Formats: sequence, structure tokens, C-alpha cells
Amino acid sequence: MNTMVPAATGTGGVNGVALTVLILLFALVTGMGFWATRWRRADSMESLDEWGLGGRRFGTWVTWFLLGGDLYTAYTFVAVPAAMFALGAVSGFFAVPYTIVLYPIIFIFMARLWSVSHRHGYVTPADFVKGRYGSRGLSLAVSITGILATMPYIALQLVGIQAVLEVAGVGGSNALAKDLPLFIAFALLAAYTYSSGLRAPAVIAFVKDALIYLVIIVAVIYLPSKVGGWDHVFSAAEGKMAKPNPVTSKPTGAFIPNSQQYWAYATLAFGSALALFMYPHSITATLSSSSRNTIRRNASILPAYSFVLGLLALLGWVAIAAGTKPIGLDGKPNAQLVIPQLFEDMFPSWFAGVAFAAVAIGALVPAAIMSIAAANTFTRNIYRDFIKPDATHAQEAKIGKLVSLLVKAFALVFVLTLDKQNAINFQLLGGIWILQTFPAIVFGLYTRWFHRWALLVGWAIGMVYGTVTAYNVINPATKGHFGGSLDMIPTIGKMGYIGMTAFVINLVIAAVLSFVFNAMKVDAGHDETIKGDYFADAGDPRVEKNLGMDAHLTTGTP
Amino acid sequence: MSIDSDVDHDTVPPANKGLLAVAGVLLALPMIALLWVSSYSRKDPVLWGFPFFIWYQFLWVFLCSALTYTAYRLVLRARPHRPMTDGRTGTQREGHTR
Repeated sequence: MNTMVPAATGTGGVNGVALTVLILLFALVTGMGFWATRWRRADSMESLDEWGLGGRRFGTWVTWFLLGGDLYTAYTFVAVPAAMFALGAVSGFFAVPYTIVLYPIIFIFMARLWSVSHRHGYVTPADFVKGRYGSRGLSLAVSITGILATMPYIALQLVGIQAVLEVAGVGGSNALAKDLPLFIAFALLAAYTYSSGLRAPAVIAFVKDALIYLVIIVAVIYLPSKVGGWDHVFSAAEGKMAKPNPVTSKPTGAFIPNSQQYWAYATLAFGSALALFMYPHSITATLSSSSRNTIRRNASILPAYSFVLGLLALLGWVAIAAGTKPIGLDGKPNAQLVIPQLFEDMFPSWFAGVAFAAVAIGALVPAAIMSIAAANTFTRNIYRDFIKPDATHAQEAKIGKLVSLLVKAFALVFVLTLDKQNAINFQLLGGIWILQTFPAIVFGLYTRWFHRWALLVGWAIGMVYGTVTAYNVINPATKGHFGGSLDMIPTIGKMGYIGMTAFVINLVIAAVLSFVFNAMKVDAGHDETIKGDYFADAGDPRVEKNLGMDAHLTTGTP
Repeated sequence: MSIDSDVDHDTVPPANKGLLAVAGVLLALPMIALLWVSSYSRKDPVLWGFPFFIWYQFLWVFLCSALTYTAYRLVLRARPHRPMTDGRTGTQREGHTR
């Protein structure tokens, strides 16, 4: 590996070898997925299980391996290092505390959600809310939020695929060719999910994950030594972050958060952690584990991922030390290209191709899962509950496919209309919305004290506050709306994550109104669960062993 | 009628509250430590080239793992599973609200 690499070759032009390897590997893995799908058609119904924590057929370690592959998406490979590269620790490294505190948090409430869901056959968060509060309105609010919040998260994956294609040289500088990589990414994703649903991604999991781990290990061991060691990496980062930004004349970013940024760092980490397991795709996956305690056992070994995520985040600073110039095909700098560009500059072309394929597949598969989970939520909780209760399986499957396509189309709209220079903001925007469903879902697991109408009003105000505040954040460079996810926290007077502020407002309103409504004895709705349901385990009566989405919805075929 | 079927399942299964509280503290520790940003937002002491800010958070990956695993063992001990029985319990029971 030491005979290689001219430094910084610039982005321009097609990297023939890398692009060929990328296309070949991509075609191979995807083709394999489709082939395997056909081959295993008989037990295809179980595909969703393989995505779950501790699926029945896999032991803890294999599950751990598979789950890691799901965790490393465009968020970890592209968005977090890009934020580190462009803006520093507050905007990027918060992902490390976020993914550490995540596990104690899910340890606390996920077991209860597992038990009650398996007793009552709940598959989505909206199912639980409907059963617990007897409120179709609240259930509708939770489903809509889940679908809406998934869109920017998918958008982030599209940006990741686009970044790889752009660095590999697909596209051009004119108006039409500029967005070509993005449209290719979208078309790939649509074709991928429309034809086979979740089956193909489940089947290729092993190959995909092996590819991802290979690239991660090579990148975090080889690259830092190539640019002169960690000492040099950190001093280069410190130097860049201290330099004034030409537009705002403030420092470029944070090397280590200063006293004005503590709240931002902490609220970004905590808010993101609370938000992640409210998304339809994460809840469905978690519920497919084999017993109530599987989740808790896994929660204690999952933090190891955060370590690798931290190293990947630091690749953004490695790129600073390496002098990587992420220039797009339109000739303008684009931080999102920094990791693919670093790979292209530092790896031999063939391995750059392998790395590109890993990033692209690592973005495509989660995007497929997310869009299908959002579509399932629509089909179960909106179409079946509100539009056509007597729909046949074939009709539901058809609607599911259409909605999954629609969700992706909206994700594309997010990419085209918002500032994709700071893709991590997409994920944070989704977090602002999905966090507003937290009180109804998680507090509902412990108490019925919160009143259903109070929760609905709290949700609505949190949504409006979060959206309006995020809209009013102006990017200093582009003057665009939705320029970031930080805003002044009222009464504290420091910058913080908008999602957390909206969540606290939501919570206060829900509590005050619950007090009022309960005192007025407003109808609290029928609760179909009993206290014991929250502690049920595999083997108890009516506990479904295999709780997945309805087969006709997940497999894409009626 | 067996003893089991006399259990009212609309109650919280009994638990050792002390052990549960200890588990709660173990789970809260990583959250408190990492959200208390001012306690680690500095560069020194540097370890193998890594600023304190970076390696301290990496260290918490392992501490959090150990604490969560301990909490897992404690929770299993604190609240043994109470097998559910069916029949008059659950949603079938008439007039059950809240």
C-alpha cells in the first residue's frame, strides 16, 4: 500500500478506476440481493426480523454486527465528518455523546414498549398511542410526524450518495448536469425499494456490513498516519477553527466548545438521543427482537459503535490536516464532499472505488428501510384507520408502494430546496419534529396521567414553534432559511437545539393542560392496556413471538 | 384455582426498589457526565496526541457500556418475571378503564 497516491489531485474529471469499481461492486451486491430474494422466496416474510435487535436466528454477536451496519449510514460517513471539517466540534462531535447517552435512554423505556406492543400486536408508535389513549387524533398526529420527520433523514442519505457520485466524476457544471448525481441517487433508491421492498436489503446485509467495516478499519488506521499522526491532525484542526470566517468574521468553528456553546453541545446530543428511537424505522426494528430483555442486553454492547463513530467524525479533521479541497463539479466548495474526496486523494483508485461503494450502499439501504417504514405507518395508521378501513391486502400493498415513492420524492424536494452544504442539519430538522411525539409515546409507557387532548395541544405547539424557529434560522453565507438547528433558548439566553426547546414547551403545556382537563374530568379515553402488559415477556399468553410489519406491506408484494 | 390465576395483572409486578434505584443511578451517570460539558471542554491533559475533550468522551463509551451492563444484571435480579395468566385479565375484562 505504500507505492501509491499522488496527493490532492483535485476533483475535476472522472476517476475511471474508482468509478468502475464503484459501479461493479454496487451492481454485484444489489444483483446478489435480488437473486437471493428469489431464491429464498418461501421464507421471505421474515425479512424484517433480520433487521431487529437480536433476531431469533442470530446470536448476540452476529446481531451486533448486523446492527452496526445499519448504524453507519451517510450520517456517520458523510454528514458528521463534513460538519467537523467545516464547523468543528459543536456541529459534529456532539454525535459521540449523542450515541453514548442513547443506550441508557433506550434501556430505560424500550423494554416496556416491547412488552406492551407484543401483548397487543402494536407495530408502530401510532398503534400504541391509539391503544393507550383511545385517541385516533393523537395517533394520527404521531403517524404524520413520523412520516414527515423521516423525509429529511432520507434526504441526508441522498446527499451522501450524491457526494460519492460527484467525487467519482458523475455530473457536470451546467444547470442540468449539476443535479444529475442526485437524480441518479433518487432513481436507484426508488427502483431498489419499489421492486423488492425490504427483502433485498435484508439479504445483502452481511456483504454490505463487511464492506463498511473494511473501509472504516482501513480509513481510521491508515489515514491519520498518512497525514502525519493525530498530533498533527489536532493542531491543523485547531488552527483552522480559530481562523476568522470571511463572511461573519467570527472564528470558523469550535475546536473545543467554549462556555457560550455548552448548552448547544449538550442539547444537540441529548435531543438527538431522545429523538432517534421515536422514528418509525427504529421502533419497528427494535420491536422485532426476541424478548423484552434482548434490547437491554444489546444496549450494553452497542456503545462500542460510538467509538468508531467518533473516529469517523475525526476523519473530518484528518481531511483538514491532509489539505483536502472538497470542490464540487460546479466549481464551488462543498463540505459534504470532504470524505469521498479524502478517500480519492489518499487511497489507490481501486480502494477509493471500494470505499465509494461502501458509502453508497451504506446510504441506500437505510434510506430504503426508512421510506418503507414511513409508508407502512401511512398504510396502517392513516389509510386503514381513516381512509379505507375495509381495504384488501393487495390495495394496502399498492398504497404502501406509492407512499414509499412519495416519501422519497419529498426527500428529494428537501435536498433541492434546503441548503445541502450542511447535511447534518437535515437529521436535526427531522429530530425537531419527531421529538414532539416523545411525551405521548414514552410518558405514556409509565402513566396515564397525561390527558390525550393535552398531549395533542402540546404536540401541535411544539411542532409549530420548532418549525417556525428553524425556518427563521438564516444561513449567513447563503441567506437561506432553515440554515441551522440552533437558536437562543428562551430564559436561559444561550444557543441550544431548537428541538429540545420545543420539546420542553410541549411538555410544560401538556402537563398544565393535563392538570386542567383531569380536574374538569374531560373524557380521558379508553385504555386497552393493563399494568401487567408493560412487564410481559416472551412465553406469556398472547405475547406474539414474531411481531413484524404485515408481510404484504414489508415485502412489497401482496 | 391455582395461586397464579389469583394474581391481578392490572398491577405492577413486585420489585426490589433499592436495586432498581441503584440501576437508575448507574444509567443516569453517563448522561450527567456527558451533558455536563464544562467538566471536560478543555485541551489538557493530552493523551497520545488526543485532547482531553476527545479522549474523555471516548472513555465514556466504555464506562457507559460497563454501567449499562451492570444495570442490566441488577434489573434482572430486582424484578423477576411474573408470568402472566390469561382469562379474566387483559382487555377482555369488562368495564376496564384507566
